Amino acid sequence: MTTPTPIRWSDWPDARGRFGPFGGRYVPETLFPAVTRLEEAAVDAFADPAFMAALDAELRDWVGRPTPLTPARGLSRLWGADVWMKREDLAHTGAHKINNALGQALLAKRMGAARVVAETGAGQHGVATAAACARVGLPCVVYMGAVDVKRQAPNVRRMQLMGTEVRAVTAGDATLRAAIDEAMREWVGDPARTFYVLGSAVGPHPYPWLVRQFQRIIGVEARAQMLKQTGSLPDVAVACVGGGSNSIGLFHPFLDDAVSLLGIEPGGRGRGLGEHAATLTYGRPGVLHGTYSMLLQDADGQVVETHSVSAGLDYSAVGPEHAFLQETGRATYDVVSDEEAMEALAELCAHEGILPAVESAHAFAGARRWAKANPGKRILVGLSGRGDKDLPILDAWEAR
Amino acid sequence: MTSPAQRLADAIRHPKHPGLPAVMPYVTSGFPTRDGFAELVLGLSDVADAIEIGVPFSDPMADGPVIQRSSRIALDGGATLAWILETLTSLPRKPACPLVLMSYANPLMAFGYERLVDAALAAGVCGFIVPDMPWEESEAFRVLIASRGLASIQLVTPVTPDDRLSKLGQGEGGFVYAVTVTGITGAAMEPAEISSYLDRVRSLTGKPVCAGFGIRTAAHVRALSGHADGAIVGTALIEALGRGEDGVAFVRALVA
Ligand SMILES: Cc1ncc(COP(=O)(O)O)c(C=O)c1O
Repeated sequence: MTTPTPIRWSDWPDARGRFGPFGGRYVPETLFPAVTRLEEAAVDAFADPAFMAALDAELRDWVGRPTPLTPARGLSRLWGADVWMKREDLAHTGAHKINNALGQALLAKRMGAARVVAETGAGQHGVATAAACARVGLPCVVYMGAVDVKRQAPNVRRMQLMGTEVRAVTAGDATLRAAIDEAMREWVGDPARTFYVLGSAVGPHPYPWLVRQFQRIIGVEARAQMLKQTGSLPDVAVACVGGGSNSIGLFHPFLDDAVSLLGIEPGGRGRGLGEHAATLTYGRPGVLHGTYSMLLQDADGQVVETHSVSAGLDYSAVGPEHAFLQETGRATYDVVSDEEAMEALAELCAHEGILPAVESAHAFAGARRWAKANPGKRILVGLSGRGDKDLPILDAWEAR
Repeated sequence: MTSPAQRLADAIRHPKHPGLPAVMPYVTSGFPTRDGFAELVLGLSDVADAIEIGVPFSDPMADGPVIQRSSRIALDGGATLAWILETLTSLPRKPACPLVLMSYANPLMAFGYERLVDAALAAGVCGFIVPDMPWEESEAFRVLIASRGLASIQLVTPVTPDDRLSKLGQGEGGFVYAVTVTGITGAAMEPAEISSYLDRVRSLTGKPVCAGFGIRTAAHVRALSGHADGAIVGTALIEALGRGEDGVAFVRALVA
């Protein structure tokens, strides 16, 4: 009898930028030299102790890392579980996005880029990139869907204050997907001078890997903090999944541990195509924005519009490493509705004194469901960002 | 019997208007309406040396605003890959030039490669251009379509290094698509700047070389003589069609 060889998670992505069948570099020929150069530069930077030391120092002194691991006493009582929160809401600019934006901005500087472009959904990645570019001294343009410009207005102002030009995208669905389309076009137009700071673990290789490497710090810190503060690892780690950056950052350092991994997708208003953005749960494999992954598409392979109350999760694709973790069964993915996410948000406000981002509230709604089904367990929840930016959304929700 | 890929290369090497590069218009299938598509293709085929049949896609990341908009309108009008192939298969007469299908990867994947190749052959398609499927990601598709005599047309750009250019230009049949700007379709083009680039591309491939992106006028087409075997005209034609002009007359004026 043979036992199957366990998957060596560190083997992925392979040299072709694949996680199992997923990933790759589906980019126009114009961008091919640019993605190759980016990969080489990233490999070189990660091997350079001076670069890593500079990144660590900025993460500590400017971002405010390590972020705390907070016992959720109120939720633990309510859910009948031992709940811990990894506090990315306390990172500078208010979300995990800064870990990646800072890392890529430092890399852009090192590569001698003349300018930065980025896309943003909720505006958190845009704000993080604007801040990082101001910090390292690079001009920055951020593309943002017109729908998101409206529903995340406070973040538009924050970007502008930091000297970033915000360009509203009215094409397509006027949300995150259209913003990525535009940012990619801008990059295609000037690949030699422009550095594209992509905000989630999506896009062509090397981005899913690069973003994961910059976000792993979430899980690395949380793992050490769990051991130190509780004496053991959690039974489960839970995070919300938009493109999948905070979740892969939390999950990755736990891949070889006996820890369940649970990603929570935005279920929106229902199961119908266009009513949600739950890509892993309801999608089929396909190619969008340079990567082969799960995709919300119609029978003809056209990418469909999505809905989520949270702008940061409102995206038709998902990072290829999550598709791989799902296919191999290492992680599972569940769906919570707009309604459940908003209830979880209220619960966190009332019982923990924390206003989470609507994105992060999805993780708490999913964790609560898991806790009810698995009583008495130790649960680690990724609190990916704070909810100040969501006041317009909360007002609209109240008034609906 | 000559393969479809070879037929395409021959049509480009022996254009209908000797002394000028072959002219290859690009149309977004179903734009401005689905009704006029069959007639437009047949009309263009009498003037053009090959036609690029564009499959509209929801996220055309390598296209400028004009083709983006035409794609949206075509999709809203119900243009699908299945409809395009059916329409081409049941044209009232055979088109007078080879056809090339240009599509982003995802609609092709969703259709299924095996089924696609059968349907494409039946529709008179001689080759494929897939702008978001670079060499490294296209092996399975390339091998399959080559086994059926179809051309896989590779794009090269001014920033493509020589060794990569040689790799992309290897083999026979079809053509090499030389992107004449480092940017998205629709940007302006300086013919003088690009002739040395096109000469370099030609020196590194045995296939015909067609220049594309930013070619808008008869003067642009003429300026390519001696540097490119063909000229691809997309955005300017889509603009003309969008203004309600006669697309066939527009292309005829390019070779006048
Ligand atoms: C606070 C917060 N959490 C989560 C996300 C979702 O992105 P990802 O799945 O890449 O972590 C966003 C995106 O804007 C966000 O702002």
